[in-house]
Amino acid sequence: MTVAATAAQAQAPVDWGRVRADFPLIGKLIKGKQIVYLDSAATSQKPHVVIDTMKRYYEEYNANVHRGAYNIAAKATQEYEAAREKVRRFVNASSTKEIVFTKGTTEGLNLVAYAWGRKFVKPDDEVVISELEHHSNLVPWQVLCTATGAKLKYIPIREDGTLDMSRLDEIITRRTRIVSVTGQSNVLGTVTPIRDIARRAREVGALMVVDGAQSVPHQPVDVQAIGCDFLAFSGHKVCGPTASGVLFGRRERLEEMDPFLYGGEMIREVRYDGSTWNELPWKFEAGTPGIAQAIGLGVAIDYVSAIGMDRIREHEASLTRKALAMAAELKDLTLYGPRDVSVRGGVITFNFAEIHPHDLATILDEQDRVCVRAGHHCAMPLTQKLGVAATARASFYIYNTEEEVDLLFDALRRAKEFFYRGAR
Amino acid sequence: MSELSDLYQEMILDHHRSPKNYRVIEGGRQAKGHNPLCGDQVTVYVQLEGDVIKDVAFQGQGCAISRASASLMTAAVKGLTLGKADALFRKFQRSVTGEPDVEDGIELGKLEVLSGVSHFPVRVKCATLAWHTMRAAIDSQQGTVTTEDAK
Repeated sequence: MTVAATAAQAQAPVDWGRVRADFPLIGKLIKGKQIVYLDSAATSQKPHVVIDTMKRYYEEYNANVHRGAYNIAAKATQEYEAAREKVRRFVNASSTKEIVFTKGTTEGLNLVAYAWGRKFVKPDDEVVISELEHHSNLVPWQVLCTATGAKLKYIPIREDGTLDMSRLDEIITRRTRIVSVTGQSNVLGTVTPIRDIARRAREVGALMVVDGAQSVPHQPVDVQAIGCDFLAFSGHKVCGPTASGVLFGRRERLEEMDPFLYGGEMIREVRYDGSTWNELPWKFEAGTPGIAQAIGLGVAIDYVSAIGMDRIREHEASLTRKALAMAAELKDLTLYGPRDVSVRGGVITFNFAEIHPHDLATILDEQDRVCVRAGHHCAMPLTQKLGVAATARASFYIYNTEEEVDLLFDALRRAKEFFYRGAR
Repeated sequence: MSELSDLYQEMILDHHRSPKNYRVIEGGRQAKGHNPLCGDQVTVYVQLEGDVIKDVAFQGQGCAISRASASLMTAAVKGLTLGKADALFRKFQRSVTGEPDVEDGIELGKLEVLSGVSHFPVRVKCATLAWHTMRAAIDSQQGTVTTEDAK
């Protein structure tokens, strides 16, 4: 594409109604009611093009990759590796050798914690994460520290749900071997100053890992600009299939690690008395990978890239701004997390009218087919820190509309009427 | 009646707002129950006299279904023998999971109001948490029972 064409495209407004129409489940009737899907932080819906692409793989060139000598096997390999190139461009890695396909963020983070952590982390080293972390960016490090005798430290959050960066230099020190922080909180929506954290990690010579599960689908991400060693994300939150995911790893880092899983595909040569490993990135892709998943993810990335990650971020910011304003107006609603949309993604977490989030989620669904998440959102320590047992969470993506934000708040009022009917 | 009003019947909302036997029993048996999926927690206290449940109470935090279920349970099992209470639990479980009832001469009584849970499979654990926890208290198991291992 020419520079002029790119510029023209950047200025053309997005037809969000057409985007919406690309998703078969969006606006669909479920048991007679139109669905209002507000749980994209858990998983996004999938556009036709992703579903069709995966169907085409299974119907037209289903074969294993990297081995068959026949036509459809070559086609499968070519499409699988083409998807890797799409991912590389999407996160701006310098080589496809740095793009490892996984089945999701959790696998990517575990891969780093095991294959890099167990090899290089020593007793008395320190691992630094933040108080915002999802269990998948907390438990692997906790286990690593228990196994190696290293110490786990947390960057604290402030009252408003943002990280307390004033304490960064005292927490990340020369003893720090690994820093692993989320790009965006799945509970509070907090967008973290990941570049500043990465800069500090580099200063002290620590490994910088980014949990990109909630940031990669919602904003432009550039691993070179961030200056991170690793970034993990899940395909299913970025319009791709479930069990698709990516671990970006800087080449030098991946080279110095031993494989995580051993078996087929990841070997160069196997003898009865020993084996050697395949080159990057296949060294970390033992066994038959998720071929349909990777190809589907590639198409999902094409899809969101064509809309433009900047414009996706803007769209979500405008929905979030509206939701935050409406939340502030609604009596009995307790809102958690930052109020400033420049540091908050499209996630609204709250408690309402002393209705337990589980009851609220059931009532919102049954009365108005509004799908929200209830519980601790796989961040039990953070939920505890908020001083509650559970919260309700509504999260937005490219197919959500301002009308749906209105519907959420109408549904909340109706839920309260229902729950307190007859009570005075 | 809609499935939703069937789930949140007036009696359930009443028990949620003003639960029965919401207190601590000193010197008896007790166990903590935890539903890791939603963070609900309940402590059930049981005082036995021989094999009769002389007193039972609970405290904790949870959704309306789990709180109402705990409250209704304490009212239903007080004075029952352990065998009867266990049989009632089995009958209650069949009711909330939508399994066909069996003729066993036991009446669900007020516990019937929770049968609407059977239309909401994800909420079954809310309704049975207090029961699993009471069983753990009676068995005096140490530690915490969760909805995951108390199947």
